[in-house]
Amino acid sequence: MKITKDIIESHGIKLDEYSKIKQLLDREPNYLELGIFSAMWNEHCSYKSSKVHLKKLPIKNKNVIQGPGENAGVIDIGDDDAIIFKIESHNHPSFIEPYQGAATGVGGILRDVFTMGARPIALLNSIHFGDPNNKETKNLLNGVVSGIGGYGNCIGIPTVAGETKFHETYNENILVNAMAVGLANKKKIFYSKAKGVNKAVVYVGSKTGRDGIHGASMASAEFDENSEDKKPTVQVGDPFTEKLLMEACLELMKKESIISIQDMGAAGLTSSSVEMAHKGNLGIELNLDKIPCREENMSPYEMMLSESQERMLIILEDGKEDEARAIFKKWDLDFVVIGKTTETKNLSLKFKKKIVATIPIDALSSKAPLYDRKWSKKKLSKKKTNIKELKKIKFDEAFFKILSSPNHSNKKWVTEQYDQMVMGDTIERSGANAAIIKIHNKDKAIAVTVDSSANYCKSHPLSGGKQIVSESWRNLISVGAKPIAITNCLNFGNPENPDVMGEFAENILGVKEACEFLDYPVVSGNVSFYNGTNNNNIFPTPVIGGVGLIKNLKKIQNHRFKKIDSKILIIGKTFGHLGQSVLINEIYNMNDGMPPEVNLLNEKNNGEMVLKLINEGFVNSVHDVSTGGIILALAEMSLSSQIGVKILKPKKLSNMFEYFFGEDQSRYVVEVDKNNYFKIEKLLNDNNIYFENIGVTQKDNFELDKDLKTSVKELYEINNKWYNNFNGLIS
Amino acid sequence: MKLAVIITLKKDVLDPQGKVIEQTLQNMGINSLKNLRQGKYIEIELNELDEKKAHDTVENMCKKLLVNLIIEEYKIKKI
Amino acid sequence: MNSTVIVFPGSNCDRDVATALTKLQFKNKMVWHKDNNLPKSDLIVIPGGFSYGDYLRSGAIAAKSNILKEVIRAANSGCLILGICNGFQILIETGLLQGALLRNRNLKFISKDVYLKVINNDNKFCKNYKKNNIINLNIAHNEGNYFTQKDHLKELEDNALIPFKYCDKEGSINDKNNPNGSMNNIAGILNNKKNILGMMPHPERMIDSLISNTDGIELFNSVLN
Repeated sequence: MKITKDIIESHGIKLDEYSKIKQLLDREPNYLELGIFSAMWNEHCSYKSSKVHLKKLPIKNKNVIQGPGENAGVIDIGDDDAIIFKIESHNHPSFIEPYQGAATGVGGILRDVFTMGARPIALLNSIHFGDPNNKETKNLLNGVVSGIGGYGNCIGIPTVAGETKFHETYNENILVNAMAVGLANKKKIFYSKAKGVNKAVVYVGSKTGRDGIHGASMASAEFDENSEDKKPTVQVGDPFTEKLLMEACLELMKKESIISIQDMGAAGLTSSSVEMAHKGNLGIELNLDKIPCREENMSPYEMMLSESQERMLIILEDGKEDEARAIFKKWDLDFVVIGKTTETKNLSLKFKKKIVATIPIDALSSKAPLYDRKWSKKKLSKKKTNIKELKKIKFDEAFFKILSSPNHSNKKWVTEQYDQMVMGDTIERSGANAAIIKIHNKDKAIAVTVDSSANYCKSHPLSGGKQIVSESWRNLISVGAKPIAITNCLNFGNPENPDVMGEFAENILGVKEACEFLDYPVVSGNVSFYNGTNNNNIFPTPVIGGVGLIKNLKKIQNHRFKKIDSKILIIGKTFGHLGQSVLINEIYNMNDGMPPEVNLLNEKNNGEMVLKLINEGFVNSVHDVSTGGIILALAEMSLSSQIGVKILKPKKLSNMFEYFFGEDQSRYVVEVDKNNYFKIEKLLNDNNIYFENIGVTQKDNFELDKDLKTSVKELYEINNKWYNNFNGLIS
Repeated sequence: MKLAVIITLKKDVLDPQGKVIEQTLQNMGINSLKNLRQGKYIEIELNELDEKKAHDTVENMCKKLLVNLIIEEYKIKKI
Repeated sequence: MNSTVIVFPGSNCDRDVATALTKLQFKNKMVWHKDNNLPKSDLIVIPGGFSYGDYLRSGAIAAKSNILKEVIRAANSGCLILGICNGFQILIETGLLQGALLRNRNLKFISKDVYLKVINNDNKFCKNYKKNNIINLNIAHNEGNYFTQKDHLKELEDNALIPFKYCDKEGSINDKNNPNGSMNNIAGILNNKKNILGMMPHPERMIDSLISNTDGIELFNSVLN
C-alpha cells in the first residue's frame, strides 16, 4: 500500500518528521511501520515537546531509589521498604466515555506500580469538570466518579484522597488524573530493562482486541469496507482480570525468574517491547501469529497498536517458563511466549512466516524528534483588587456562599462511592489534610495528597508552580509526615501555541524552584498536552501528588478540633492577599490579579516548626490554610469535629475580608491547650516564627467577632447541600 | 403495543462479564460452548397501535437513554 | 480455635479478615476456591470483595465453586460460617441463607461508617455484645439492599435471627438511617440454626482504634469463647 500524504497526516506525523523516518530507515516505511512510528513519536510517548523543560526538574534526594524514566518512581522509607508511585492522566478517553475512561485510567496507573514489584496500597485522583451549569457536567461527574470507584473498589485498593473541582475552562475537556501508591521490598524492585540475548519474551494477561486504536490513523482506504466493524473501540476496563494479573505478577515476582517486566499501556505492544529493548540496548523479535487475540482476523497493525487493557510483557530467565506458566494458569490468564531478545537492535515483526516490519530500536526511542518549541513569557496582570468592591456583599453572606459552592461543598457524595477502608490500613481518609496509610504490620505510615491550583497557574505560571509544590508539602506536614518526593501530572493546552508553551516552561521553573528548596524532588510523572479545543486551551493545570513518611504512629495529627476552650493560633503571616482568591474569583467573578507569592524560606521554616510542634505533642489539631483563607480552614476544622470557635478581631487588622479570606501562603491553623501555650509561645519566638493568637474553640457556635455568628450545625447544612441538589437527591 | 429491546456490547468491545460467565460454564463441563456475550433485555409497553411509530419511539428511547451508543448496540423486537 | 478463610478470584478482604483473626488468636488458614478439601475449622469466613468481578450476579459464580460444596457440608454439620459483604451475597446465592441482596436504593456504591444496633445477641456470633448495643462499622458495597418474602421476614423477626439493624447514633431505627434500602433496616441475618451469619458491614475493619475503632472485635471474640 502506497503511503500518501493523507495517510501520513492522519497518523499525526508532520511531513518533516516523515522525511526523518525515511532517513532513519533508509527507505520508505510500510503502513505497519508508519503506525509504529506514529505511536512512538507522538507527544504522549515521546515527550518531544516537554523533555527539554522536564530535564530541569530535581529528581534526587537521599530517599530516591528511582526517579523518572521507569514505570513509576521509587523511594526508600527505611527497613527495606520502598514506596512506588506515579500519577497519570486519562483526560481524553474520559471525556468520550466517562465511566470506562476513568476506570481504565485507574487500571493503567495501578499496572505501572505493580509492574515494578509493589503491591498497590492506595489510590488518589484529581478530577476537574466544567461549569456545573454546562449540560455535560452532571453526566461526566457521575460517570467519572463511578468509574474510579468501580475499578478501585473491585480490585480492592482503597481510594483515599483526591480533589474534585469545577471550572468553565474544562467545559470541553475534563481532567481525570489518577495516582497509585504501592509498597515493595527495596531489594525486589523490577525494571523494564531487558538483559541478555535469546531470552523469552512472554505475553500475559487479557487478550488483544481492537480497543483504542488511534481513530485518525484508521481513516485510510484499506478500511473502507466493513468500516463499521473496524471503527476504533473504546477501551473497557476489567478490574477483575487486573486483580488476577496483579496477584499472578506479584506471585511470580517472589521467584527469581523475571529479567524485566513492562505493562502495555499507551501504544500497547509497540511501546512496551521497544521500551524494554531500548533500555537493554538490544533488539526484539516478535511472532505476531502467537498474540492472543480476542477478534478474528486482526492485522499486525491492529495488534501492535491496540490499547487493550490488563496486559503485560515479561522477559524471563532461561528455564523458568514452566514455573511462570503454572502461576498464570492458576489465575486463569493467558501466558504465551511471543518472541525473544536479539542482538540486532531492531524491532522485528513476523506474521504468517514473513517479516512484516524491521525498525531500528533507536529510531523509535533515542532518535525520536525532540522540540524546543517557541514559547512566550506570560504577560502579567497589573490590576490590584479594589477593596471598595468588597463592601457590596456582607461578610457572612460571602462566607456562606463559598461554603455552599461546588468547589467548597462537602464532597461526601463523591468519596462515599469509593471504598476507602479495604486493606485495613487507612488511618486518615478523604477530607483530611492528607490521607494516612499504615504500612501493613509495621509501626509507621505514609501520608499522601494530590493538589492543584489552576487559576494561580493561569495568572502566574511561575508562582503557581511554586505554590502547588508548597501546598503539597504543607498538606503532608499538617498530618505529621516528613515530605519525601512528588509525582506530577502536567495538564496543559496545545504546545504548538507559544503562550501555552510559555505557561509550561515557566510553570516547570516554579515547580523546580520549590522542589529544590524543599528537598522534595520529582520521581515520576506524566505530561498531557493538547487539552482544549480549537485554540481554546484549558488553564494550565499541573497536579502534584506528594508522599511523606511518618516514622512513629503516635506522632500523627489531623485537622479535627479536639477540645473546647483551646487556643487557636495562626502560624505564618497574614498579609491579606486576595488576588486569585476564592472570594475574588467565585464571589465577585473577578479573574484578574496576581496569585499569592510563596516565600520558600518561610514555607520551610513554618513547616518544619509545625512538624516539631506535632512531634513534641504540643498541638491538638492542625490544618493548613489554603483556598478560602483562614475562615475556610476554621470552618473545615469545626465541621469535621462539631466543635465551634470564637474568633476575636485581629489586632493588626486592615480589613476583615482581607484577613479572613486572604490566601497568603505558608500558613497553618493550630489548636493548642491553654496549659501549653507559654511553652509554645516561647518556642515560636525563639525560632523567629511569626504567629498570631486569634481565638478559642467553643461549644456549638461558630463566631467571628461581630461579623459572623452561626452554629456549626447550620454550617454543616450549608456545606452539605450542593452535591445532593445538583444530582437531584433529597438532602 | 409491547416491544423488547435487547442491548449488547458492540462486537469489538471487551465484555468482561460475558467472558467470566463463559469460562465458568465451560469449567462446569459444558464443552460445546463456543462463545457467550451478555447484555440487557428491556420490555416496553406503549400506547401506540402503529408498529412503525412504536418502533420509532423505542428507537428514540434507545438513543436518548437506554443505550450507551459508544459501546453498546441494540435490537428492537415486537413481542 | 481454627478458622478458615475462603479465597476466590476477586476476593479482596481476605487478607483483612485473616489479619483480624490472627490478631485475635485464631489459628487461621487460607483456602483457594479450587481446593476440594477444607481444613478442620471451627469458623469458616467467606470474605468480602468482588468474587469473579461480581459478574452475572454478585456471588453467583463463587457459589458454584468446588470449595463451596465443602462449605455447605460443613455448615450442615453445624460449623460456624460467617459471610461478610460479598461473602453474605455468596451465602445467599448458595441458598444457605434466604432472601436477596439488591442494588442499593440510591444505585451507587456506598462506603461509609454506619451505626448498627445489636437486636439479637442470643447466638454464637454476638453473645459478647449486649442487646441494644450501638456499634459503628464500615460498609462498602453496591448490592446490600436486603429483600425477602413477607413470611420469611416475619420468621427472621420472630425467631431472633436478625443480629444487626442499621440505626442512627442514638439507636433509632428508621428509614432515614437506612443506607441502602434494606427491609426493616436489616444489616445481617442468621439461618434457623444460628450457625450461619451473613452481614453487609465489615467487622474486620474495626479492630484497631488507630485505624477506625474496635467495635468489630467482640464479634470475633464471641466466636472464640
